[in-house]
Order: sequence, then structure tokens, then C-alpha cells
Amino acid sequence: MSLAKRIIPCLDVRDGRVVKGVQFVNIKDAGDPVEVAKRYDDEGADEITFLDITASHEGRDTTIHMVESIAEQVFIPLTVGGGIRKAQDVRVMLNAGADKVAVNSAAISNPDLINQLCERFGSQCIVIAIDAKKVSDSPLKWEIFTHGGRNTTGIDAVEWAVKMTQGDKGAGEVLLTSMDCDGVKTGFDLDLTRAVSDAVDVPVIASGGVGNLEHLSEGVLQGGADAVLAASIFHFGEYTVAEAKEAMQKNGIEVRL
Amino acid sequence: MQSIAIVDYGMGNVRSVQKAIEHVSPDDEVILTDDAELINNADRIVFPGQGAMGACMQALNNHGLVDVIKSCAHEKPFLGICLGLQLLFDHSEENDGTDGLSIISGDVIKFPKNNLKIPHMGWNTVKHTMDHPLWHNIDDNARFYSVHSYYVKESDASIVAGSTNYGIDFTCAIAKDNMFAVQFHPEKSQHDGLQLLTNFVNWKG
Repeated sequence: MSLAKRIIPCLDVRDGRVVKGVQFVNIKDAGDPVEVAKRYDDEGADEITFLDITASHEGRDTTIHMVESIAEQVFIPLTVGGGIRKAQDVRVMLNAGADKVAVNSAAISNPDLINQLCERFGSQCIVIAIDAKKVSDSPLKWEIFTHGGRNTTGIDAVEWAVKMTQGDKGAGEVLLTSMDCDGVKTGFDLDLTRAVSDAVDVPVIASGGVGNLEHLSEGVLQGGADAVLAASIFHFGEYTVAEAKEAMQKNGIEVRL
Repeated sequence: MQSIAIVDYGMGNVRSVQKAIEHVSPDDEVILTDDAELINNADRIVFPGQGAMGACMQALNNHGLVDVIKSCAHEKPFLGICLGLQLLFDHSEENDGTDGLSIISGDVIKFPKNNLKIPHMGWNTVKHTMDHPLWHNIDDNARFYSVHSYYVKESDASIVAGSTNYGIDFTCAIAKDNMFAVQFHPEKSQHDGLQLLTNFVNWKG
């Protein structure tokens, strides 16, 4: 018995509601974030990730209250991401009850940000979120994209993951999302997951593309992920977290039951 | 009604600890504080900590809390969590070497690489190596949530209360008199974590 692989349901929250769309369009409502988080906690989720996709400042206050409300009722780790740009944003989310904070595009415009945040808050609570898209099949190559996959940065995804996690002041975890697979339900980009997982020393969460329970096991067994994140297969009642864990255990993966 | 002081010296997310203690102990007074007098007057002490050992020691010194922690650790029910376990020891390898509070004899050591991801992050099993009131109603080998890159190595094996395997077996809980300290996060370990906190608030020490 050793460390369990983690299953992390993800709540994409916009204007106070859990939503899910296919590659950020055709958004569907999936309920109240606090209720949804409690349901996943009851089902045995190992962590919860809360991604705020609200653009407005008013929405930001709503998010803080929701994080507080979830943290009062759910006693498993809670990661919050979306719109985190500076130390004060991290402080506000930690004070609201988040355990980890995910930083995405702000790290691209300010590459020193991750080191600054880790120095102040500790690597254990800083997650580097990476949205990657394949740009070449031979050799395999992925680059970082922003704005829901519309804008390229020209930065190599694997090199970026290493740069953001190395040293004592690097991020403590990578949340790796394939923009090609997100919402498509055909499984993770396993080559991408494997390339990043092999390159970095910290745990990697695979994200983007889960459409059935076998995909979760593939992320661990073939992708080398330490944790697997999924949203829509859980939101709309296709599968419970408990069923996902049973399926992974049948494939020989150690999980927390 | 009893008072439970959670020592807040600005390192890491103590709000989670506060919410969990309030959840298991709704009728008690739960204080989040860096005031040495309030800490000294409390019935129980929770000593959390996150981040790097050097920064934590610096913060304890800056807040003038070293003496009160040392005295409380010998006087009343005292629960260390994460860095709040490591800080009790003599010395850590972190930050090119950092001296701790020397309340417990031993060192804090970095995990060997061994192809394992560092930090050790997630839910791992905790083996009970002694009977203790804080393990009440918690199964041997129940899983708790951890996140850390260093572990404690005590000089006196008789204080080890729990161990975990991550490439190597390491001490994840120690117990000595009125002190209990854990590497994992009970406030983030769902039912078993809340049970451990319940056991602590009821513990005679």
C-alpha cells in the first residue's frame, strides 16, 4: 500500500454556476458549485478543482463566497484557478479556504511570478496550469495557448513545464490540459501527458478529454499521471466518482476507497 | 467551553485548519492568533505550518512566538500539523540547513529521489505504531492527505506513533506526553481527518 492516484472532479464556474462546454462553446449548466462539490466529496473525490471562468469583477466576489462556502463543508483539498494574476489574488483565495491556487496565463506574461508566489506562500500551494495544443506530429511537439486555445505563445509546453517547476521555488504541481482534447471525450492526449510527466519532478494532473472510465486509467498507466481530472462525465450523472475508482482499481491502480 | 488556539504566524493556509476545528468543536472558542498571551492562556494549542522551514522559523521569531511554543508544547494538549511537526525538531536540511525549535530530538531530511515525484502529495496510508487516544475510531492504514518534500527522523524511536511508506518508510506521526504531531493534514483528510481532530479536542493530554 502506498500513495494513491487521485481522481479530481473539476468545476468550471461562470457567474456562480457550474458550466461545461465543448472547447469553451455550447456551454451547459451543471448546477450550484457548493452542491456539486458536496456531492463529489460524498462520492469519494480525492480533491476538488474550482476554475473560475467568469470575466467580471462582480463575478470574482461571487467566486470568493463560493470558495468559502465549499471550504466550510468539504474537508478535502480544494484548488482554485482562473484569473489569478498576483500575490494578493493568491492570498484572497487561501484566506477564503483554498488549499492550492492554480496560475495559468499570468505566468506567461510574468515568468518570474511562480517563483515569487512560491517564495511567499510555499510551493505546496502553487499549481502551474498549462493549456497545450499539438503543433507537430513528427517530431511530437506541443505549445502553450491562451484565451481558450485561440492565441498561441510559441512556448514549448514540455520545456515550460520544466521551467515552471524546477528548483526550490518552482510550482509544486502541474495541471496539464490538452486543448485539442478538452470537451471532445476521446481520452487524454497520452503522448503529451507522458512527455510532461517524464520531464518534471513534481506530480502531474492530466486534464482534458475524459469521456469514459477507461480514459482515467489510461492517463495513469500510459500517460504516467499522478492524478486525473474530469468534469462532464461526473457532472451529468454518467458516472460517479466511486465508479471511477472501482474501474481504476480493477486495472491495478491504487486508489483511496 | 474550552479555548483552542491555532497559532497563526503568517505561514500557509491556516483557514482550513480553523474551519475543520470549528466543524468538530462548534461549542468551543477557536482562536486564530499570533498573540503570545492568548496562546499561553488557551486550553489547547494547534500548531500548523506550511511552506519552507527557514521562512517558518523566521516568522516565528518575528512574531515573538518561540518561547510560548516551547512552553506550551510541554504544558497542555498540543497538536502539530505538517511544518508544525518538522519545526519541533533540532535541524532541517531545508534552505541549506535550518535550526528548528529543538523540542524533539532529531532531524528533518529530504526524500531521496528514487524516481518518485517530490513533493509527496496525495492520500497515503498511515500505519499505527502505538496505541494512542488520537487514533481512536481510525482504522490502521487509513489514508490521510499529505504534501511535503522533507520528513522527520527522530532520535528516540519510542515516540513514533505512525509511519507511511513513500519509497522509504518514514515517521508521519509522533507522540510524547501532551504532544502529538503529524506530517499529514487532518483538516484535509475527510472523515478520518475530522475524527483525529475530534480525538484531539477531547484528549486529556
